[in-house]
Amino acid sequence: MTSTIPRRLRTPLAVTAAAMLVAVACSAPGADETAPPEQAGEDAEGPGDGQEDTPTGEVPDIDADAINVGVLAPTTGTVAASGQDMLNGWNLYWDEHGSSVAGREIESVHEDTAGDPSTGLNKAQRLVGDVGVDMLVGPLLANVGLAVAEEMNRQQMPVLLPIVSADDLTQREQLDWVLRPAGWTSSQTTHVLGEYVAEQGYERAVTICNDYAFGHESCGGFANTFTDAGGEVVEQLWNPLGTQDFSTYIAEIQQADPDVVFSEQVGADSVRLVQAWSSFGLTDEIPLFGNDTLLDQSLLRNMGDEAIGLQSIGRFTEGREAPATQEFVNAYLDAYDELPSYYAAAMYTAARWVAEAVEAVDGDVSDGEAFLDAVRDVQLDDSPMGPMSLDEYGNPIQDVDLRRVERRDDGRLWNVSVETFESVGQFWTYDPDEFLDQPVYSREYQGIE
Amino acid sequence: MTMEFVFFQLLNGLSFAGLLFLVASGFTLIFGLMRVVNLAHGGFYLVGGYIGLTIVLATGNIWLAALGGALAVGVLGVLMETSLLRRVRGQELPEVLLTIGVAFMLGDLTLAFWGGDPRAMPLPDYLSGSVDLGFIGYPRFRVLVTLLAVAVGIALWLLMSKTRVGAIVRAGVDDREMIAALGINIRLVFTGLFFFGALLAGLSGVVGAAFLGLVPGESDIEILLFALVVVILGGLGSLPGAAIGSVIVGLIDAFAKALVPELAFFTLFAPMAIVLVLRPEGLLGRRA
Repeated sequence: MTSTIPRRLRTPLAVTAAAMLVAVACSAPGADETAPPEQAGEDAEGPGDGQEDTPTGEVPDIDADAINVGVLAPTTGTVAASGQDMLNGWNLYWDEHGSSVAGREIESVHEDTAGDPSTGLNKAQRLVGDVGVDMLVGPLLANVGLAVAEEMNRQQMPVLLPIVSADDLTQREQLDWVLRPAGWTSSQTTHVLGEYVAEQGYERAVTICNDYAFGHESCGGFANTFTDAGGEVVEQLWNPLGTQDFSTYIAEIQQADPDVVFSEQVGADSVRLVQAWSSFGLTDEIPLFGNDTLLDQSLLRNMGDEAIGLQSIGRFTEGREAPATQEFVNAYLDAYDELPSYYAAAMYTAARWVAEAVEAVDGDVSDGEAFLDAVRDVQLDDSPMGPMSLDEYGNPIQDVDLRRVERRDDGRLWNVSVETFESVGQFWTYDPDEFLDQPVYSREYQGIE
Repeated sequence: MTMEFVFFQLLNGLSFAGLLFLVASGFTLIFGLMRVVNLAHGGFYLVGGYIGLTIVLATGNIWLAALGGALAVGVLGVLMETSLLRRVRGQELPEVLLTIGVAFMLGDLTLAFWGGDPRAMPLPDYLSGSVDLGFIGYPRFRVLVTLLAVAVGIALWLLMSKTRVGAIVRAGVDDREMIAALGINIRLVFTGLFFFGALLAGLSGVVGAAFLGLVPGESDIEILLFALVVVILGGLGSLPGAAIGSVIVGLIDAFAKALVPELAFFTLFAPMAIVLVLRPEGLLGRRA
């Protein structure tokens, strides 16, 4: 997900965050006890999440012989729940497989970005400067990811982005030190969906997406291939992040009278749209197709019958029958008593990616460029998300599923695979050079001629 | 724009107004007598919603949830009034800062207790689904929210204008010192009113949980913002003002999002700014 916080909420949220910082700093007894003396003072403000044996808000003792991985994930703030999923997935891999790779210990050091670009950048700086990490993995939000990626690229620090999906990071504005193992571009999956929906015989689509970069890119992917395959986009609605009441948009959709609707939403907006869709009785009237985030497991956990039967496109399908997926899903369920979201699956897969790359360089990550080359060369024949490898731009070629929400025997909702599209790249079937000559998807450019 | 579309948006606006009135009425009641701008009202709403949600998940009974959420938050309000607000009575800035502090604490506590995932209140079958209004179908729950708001509004109006309690409260709004001099325990009245205002916030939180869903740190702030616009428009402390303000904000929200989506927030705040310039006391407020 590449959400950003609505501008009007930033100030109150910042104050909230400040209040939280104080609360966390005050409520972490003994946080300073094991910290190196020279760092104890400046750590007082850091609400880090307890990761393995790292107490809250402190820089752990660093094993000089270990490979240190800085993990950036928000565990406070509005996206804290998904940030926790990221950590859960990442930790599960090392718990299962042991943290020793090629004779070296992999030490993960988590820092909380709080979902804020400047906090994220500060924490990244600290991981690099004070802790001396060998690479950074994460974060969650696109604005945080962009801030971290640009600065760390300047400092020649390897940055791996399994979640941040801003299209241009592996398209028109590639950074040498930034790769997306187990990652994606926002429009990578929706390209598949647009063509699929057109091939099902739907002709008139309305799109409703969040009015910011992730929404524009997700929607652009759908609109581009849907219209190329002969469909017509009759109306595009852009709702602000944090839309409280979807009834107005429902009315507009009904008025436009489409035969299919595509929607990208994140977080609470997903829950509200799905709720509104059902309460206004559209479930049986107009087919709704979602992007990855609309019906991600992180939201399905808190949805009810209204979500059953809804279809979406996605690169992780927790109900996929493949053994690699089900082993991961069951292990995650045992460990955390919930089904994994794509945040968890991508971080789990990224952990394996890192392990294989470290193996390939025989545990020597001192040469950052050589390590990144090893990351580029990793080929996962199978993973919870299916086979994966990076294209020459640093973004995975991966399987994408059309998914449908069903209820499991244990009562939980999950996505099952309806159809799998293999080896999907970020440019879909377009020629990369021609594709890159077009501007990045935006509200103005949706790939509709 | 077809007639159906206009009618549909009218219903959307009015049902949203219903929720807004439930939130704003408690807010404006407290302000009217106590002159406290209770910025923890959004936090009360959020806590009410979560308690309601927990009760629904445990018992499946939405009415029990509404009762439990409302009462629990009413008690929370009493605790806040007696243990915190009473100490800074009459000092405006400390009062407001105190309520902000409580608002943040409530937001963080809900995050700690119920987690950061957005939640939605499941509704029983007889409340979900839609009613046939002749030429369009409309969600039953939203219709009920509108009716509930009207019923609460009428009950509040009767309470304030026909009962002794209402008379005391109205007299208190006009002249607090006089009321105290007449031998009425104004402290008790304050606490009682705070209980009642918080109770309404808790009830609206349960309704809002089914209407809009719950997100800690977001739902509370957004609803507080809407409530502030409503009461500033209608006049701080005025119940009829809260009703009119709710309807105006609800309708503007519905039609502006449809007609000028880029300006949805501008159209919400512009009328408030105009009212503040031309009639600082609000449409139905009285000059202080």
